[in-house]
Amino acid sequence: MLRVLAKRSWRDALLLQRRLHQAAMPFCSAVLADGIDRSSDAFSRNSAIVRDLVSQLQSNTLMVLAGGGSQAVERNRSRNKLLPRERIDRMIDPGSSFLELSQLAGYDLYEDSLPSGGIITGIGPVHGRLCMFVANDPTVKGGTYYPITVKKHLRAQEIAAECKLPCIYLVDSGGANLPRQADVFPDKDNFGRIFYNQAKMSAEGIPQIALVLGSCTAGGAYIPAMADESVIVKGNGTIFLAGPPLVKAATGEEVSAEDLGGASLHCRISGVSDHFAEDEIHGLMIGRNIIKNLHMAGKWTNSLPSISCSYKDPLHDEKELRLIAPVDQKQPFDVRSIIARIVDGSEFDEFKKFYGTTLVTGFARIYGQEVGIIGNNGILFTESALKGSHFIELCAQRKIPLIFLQNITGFMVGSKSEASGIAKAGAKMVMAVSCSKVSKITIIVGGSFGAGNYGMCGRAYSPNFLFLWPTAKISVMGGNQAAGVLAQIERSNKKRQGFEWSKEEEEKFKSKVVEAYDREGSPYFSTARLWDDGIIHPSDTRKVIGLCLSASIKSDPEETKYGVFRM
Amino acid sequence: MALMASVIRRKFPIRTPIRNSYPSFSIIRLLSTPAAAEEGRRIEKILVANRGEIACRVMRTARRLGIQTVAVYSDADRAALHVKSSDEAVRIGPPPARASYLNASAIVEAALRTGAQAIHPGYGFLSESADFGQLCETEGLIFIGPRASAIKDMGDKSASKRIMGAAGVPLVPGYHGDNQDVNFLKLEAEKIGYPILIKPTHGGGGKGMRIVNGPDEFVESFMGAQREAAASFGINTILLEKYITHPRHVEVQVFGDKHGNVIHLNERDCSVQRRHQKIIEEAPAPNITDEFRSHIGKAAVSAAKAVGYYSAGTVEFIVDTISGEFYFMEMNTRLQVEHPVTEMIVGQDLVEWQIRVANGEQLPLTQEQVPLIGHSFEARIYAENVPKGFLPATGTLNHYRPVPVSSTVRVETGVEEGDTVSMHYDPMIAKLVVWGENRHAALSKLKNCLVNFQVAGLPTNITFLHMLADHWAFEKGLVETHFIEHFKSDLFPDEVLEETNVAAKLSATIAAACICENEHTTLRETIPSDNRLLPLWYSRPPFRMHHNAKCIMELEWDKEQTSSFQEILKLVITYEQDGSYFIEIEDGASLGSEVRVLPVGDGNYKVDVNGLQSNATLAIYSKDLNKHIEIWHGKHHFHFRQTARLEQSSEDGLQHKTSLQTSHPKGSVLAPMAGLVVKVLLENGAFVEAGQPVLVLEAMKMEHVVKSPRAGYVNELQVTAGQQVFDTTMLFNIKDKQED
Repeated sequence: MLRVLAKRSWRDALLLQRRLHQAAMPFCSAVLADGIDRSSDAFSRNSAIVRDLVSQLQSNTLMVLAGGGSQAVERNRSRNKLLPRERIDRMIDPGSSFLELSQLAGYDLYEDSLPSGGIITGIGPVHGRLCMFVANDPTVKGGTYYPITVKKHLRAQEIAAECKLPCIYLVDSGGANLPRQADVFPDKDNFGRIFYNQAKMSAEGIPQIALVLGSCTAGGAYIPAMADESVIVKGNGTIFLAGPPLVKAATGEEVSAEDLGGASLHCRISGVSDHFAEDEIHGLMIGRNIIKNLHMAGKWTNSLPSISCSYKDPLHDEKELRLIAPVDQKQPFDVRSIIARIVDGSEFDEFKKFYGTTLVTGFARIYGQEVGIIGNNGILFTESALKGSHFIELCAQRKIPLIFLQNITGFMVGSKSEASGIAKAGAKMVMAVSCSKVSKITIIVGGSFGAGNYGMCGRAYSPNFLFLWPTAKISVMGGNQAAGVLAQIERSNKKRQGFEWSKEEEEKFKSKVVEAYDREGSPYFSTARLWDDGIIHPSDTRKVIGLCLSASIKSDPEETKYGVFRM
Repeated sequence: MALMASVIRRKFPIRTPIRNSYPSFSIIRLLSTPAAAEEGRRIEKILVANRGEIACRVMRTARRLGIQTVAVYSDADRAALHVKSSDEAVRIGPPPARASYLNASAIVEAALRTGAQAIHPGYGFLSESADFGQLCETEGLIFIGPRASAIKDMGDKSASKRIMGAAGVPLVPGYHGDNQDVNFLKLEAEKIGYPILIKPTHGGGGKGMRIVNGPDEFVESFMGAQREAAASFGINTILLEKYITHPRHVEVQVFGDKHGNVIHLNERDCSVQRRHQKIIEEAPAPNITDEFRSHIGKAAVSAAKAVGYYSAGTVEFIVDTISGEFYFMEMNTRLQVEHPVTEMIVGQDLVEWQIRVANGEQLPLTQEQVPLIGHSFEARIYAENVPKGFLPATGTLNHYRPVPVSSTVRVETGVEEGDTVSMHYDPMIAKLVVWGENRHAALSKLKNCLVNFQVAGLPTNITFLHMLADHWAFEKGLVETHFIEHFKSDLFPDEVLEETNVAAKLSATIAAACICENEHTTLRETIPSDNRLLPLWYSRPPFRMHHNAKCIMELEWDKEQTSSFQEILKLVITYEQDGSYFIEIEDGASLGSEVRVLPVGDGNYKVDVNGLQSNATLAIYSKDLNKHIEIWHGKHHFHFRQTARLEQSSEDGLQHKTSLQTSHPKGSVLAPMAGLVVKVLLENGAFVEAGQPVLVLEAMKMEHVVKSPRAGYVNELQVTAGQQVFDTTMLFNIKDKQED
């Protein structure tokens, strides 16, 4: 009996309905084959590399999860404060999931280490309502905003605005990082945008809730002030435009932080805060109550009405994704082996299976949710791009969310290709991707090069979520190709100047370029700069997509309108 | 109801080889000629003038005999089990017993209104009221109990002793005479034998009482007692009684019919008492000889015969465990709480006997036919606070799961889950009655049943009863009246045993896992269903990016049985990928346990802790703004409180506010708003009633009368007409005393 129990997992949520439904409605979709040759050397080589990449990812993440170091954590505890992830754990429904975003933001980005960019963001349910959490980490540089902190904060707000998720700000921050004010303060997508977003979202009826659990200084003071409802914790929470030192410098007034902007002041006198919390736990519970009292039931129900409630697990084990993730762009890789491990019952109804075969398109379900999947099986040709555009149009019209599985070296080059109008075929795909109003989730499983990144819904095309596998590589083109191109230009430059370029020098030049491309193409380089929403474990892909779909699907998506397609 | 019937029916056919020699009722009925039948007054409907378990128990037998039942109830018992168990029920008054269950005329009226021919009084309430018996008779109702005169005779303690003495029933040796000469009394004392008890004839509460261990102490003690009695009660007469150092309480069940037959149904030992109330009773009494049994039985029968007794009665004796002598104490003229232990060892239904005797039938057995089969215990389960001197407790039975009944286990109860144990009546929740082939077997069964008897929501004595039953001296049958006091240190440990400590932590671990499992299920079922993919967020284990979800649970262990401090156990729970929980207790010593939970419904769980499977039951309820978790696992029951998950603390920011305003003296009246003082109606030192206007303010073109918040004298009234006051300016003060 207990063994059965142990095997219960993700899937049991809808087990019963599923059984009932299966009996009523037999499926007759095409079932994908396993697609793995486990006996091959290539397989074992590949899986060994992926294993290393995954363990590297895990150790990097582990470091980041520790926050700002044991001393800072200890200091935080001594003030009777929880760590930001613990705060979130206490606020979301007990035993529920939390989809954390961009854990490795700021990784290796500054000379100082900035675990998770000093801010924790993610989605979790409170009283059954999905909320976007934005939690400062006071153990990391006092919770001050580095440029990447701002970017991560804004990205969370962007997702919240797009998915209409109530925002919960767990504020504990010293405000902008003063030495970096030039990169933090003035620009459009800098600090000020946070409050702009709060105002706009509030106007749209997306609740903005702030819990002041620590200091909330200067610009930070506007977060609770701009919130629809705010909570402040006695003793720890303070809100002021200028802290006691600055006040003394400016006016000579000597005042304690608590008297200047403590809970009592703001709840009794200033009215800057609405709820008085005795301690942090109490504050978090008040926060939960605020969400409970939103009475948003029926508003923005995130579901499509006519979809079946039943689903099957993939026939092929999703755990095997960690063995087959593509590491070598030179090796052909069938994306169907990934699809087979993501979709319900490994059932995948392909569209235009025999046309433009380097792009795989088709319909499937994930946790019962109908999705359209677009995956790369090689270079994009004109036909593949046309097929992709066609398929995106289909899904947009039917309001079916799109999943992009990127493993793309780029569009085909060469005279034949140009003559076939690959530029306008690619443009059609970009147009289709840009304009379609359905939920879009992009997973970069391998290469993501050049215009392929664009056509396959890269970051610039605002997918609702974009995640990387540790095997991902992102750049405008491959390192070798870039080195070749640059070397050619360099050689002709030298030639013009009358210099001779030795073979060794050229090789050195080239390897430098390749090295730079490798570094900048690494998933860590990307995720540190927030070019994505995080690097995920390949085996978590199905779950992550499910959670993302749950957060992003709208009950009445807008009608898609396209621009002018170049025919 | 079926339970009792099956016990009775089972006993003869299955267990007793005496089936043929000791005929049961059904056989007897054929042989005897029922007297009542001739009178044409057979009981067809009984009103039970009681509540709780005894009312239910009487109705059960009545129903088995095909007799209709009428319950009576107070407003507090409108939906009580005894009301539900009856055919008809009549309201007799408000909750206080004096106005309801002791309201004789209302009860008689109820009987007349429903056409009941007889009233069964149960125990307590009106069961030993001769007046009530008389009233029934006057109204033409059968009182199921002895004749009124017998109740009266036995109700008077000194009269009963006189009657008993005359009938040759042994009494505690003593001198109750008028001669108060110290030398005479000293001689009497020597006649009685030391140690003796010197008692004032008047008063009580132990005042003036002296225990004298030998002749040399006598004079001094006597004088002291006399002085104290004179000082306390104004009368210094003294009596002497033998002091029994190690007494036992042994009582004999007697039964008589209206034809002059009286028999006894063996004895019960009820020595183990707290607050002078029995908590564990057994039959037969342990460590006595057959000879003693027959002696004490004969004495009891003589006692009953001396007052012409019929129906069920109990003669209580005090037994000197040193000398083996027994002395009459009193006779209870009713069915006793502990009558089931006798039923279990004689295989009879005493309520049935009572009804038949009331019908005028002869006793179904002769003395020689009375069997003694096996051994039986009764444990009384009370809502009470054991460490606080067994004080009665009240509350709601949030979880009530008595042990399953069988032919050898009876549960006599008058409550159900969700019922309230109120302050109006006796806080007894149930009687657990077990039977075994011998004392050992019965005791094992008793202990096992106590471990599995689940009550949550209010404090009970179950754990204490188990400790008692598990005590080595009890196991040996070394029972005596001072048992609990004697073994105080064993029964009220100051510190929790290490074994208990370990068990508590294990239980906390299991409880935590079960709570996590529960939260998971409840949330999944209760979340709004409009988002079809939302259940994904509640899948198990909860998803986290690149790490396992953890949660911290603080469980406050309520050490109910000891006076030691509560302990907070901080548990760190990690949700493992395979659906199990890894649980550590933050005490520096915990190695952590791998726990799997399978709910099997109804608060029951199969749990697997580090590969060892077992069963656990959880009761979770809210009380006083806390979440309470009670768990039964193995032979342990623990009570935890969880405060961390509270949705709203009782603390409020407003409390903070008042603390900031303490600069004003108590009784100050502040200006409710900024404004102008228009009129001052009183002067300092004037007396005001609560609500009397003191001054008038004008603000925003409106007049506002400021009134005195309470009666007292006006003080510190400083404002004058025309003065501007600000919000929260102190206007005046009201003091209790006039100040000069």
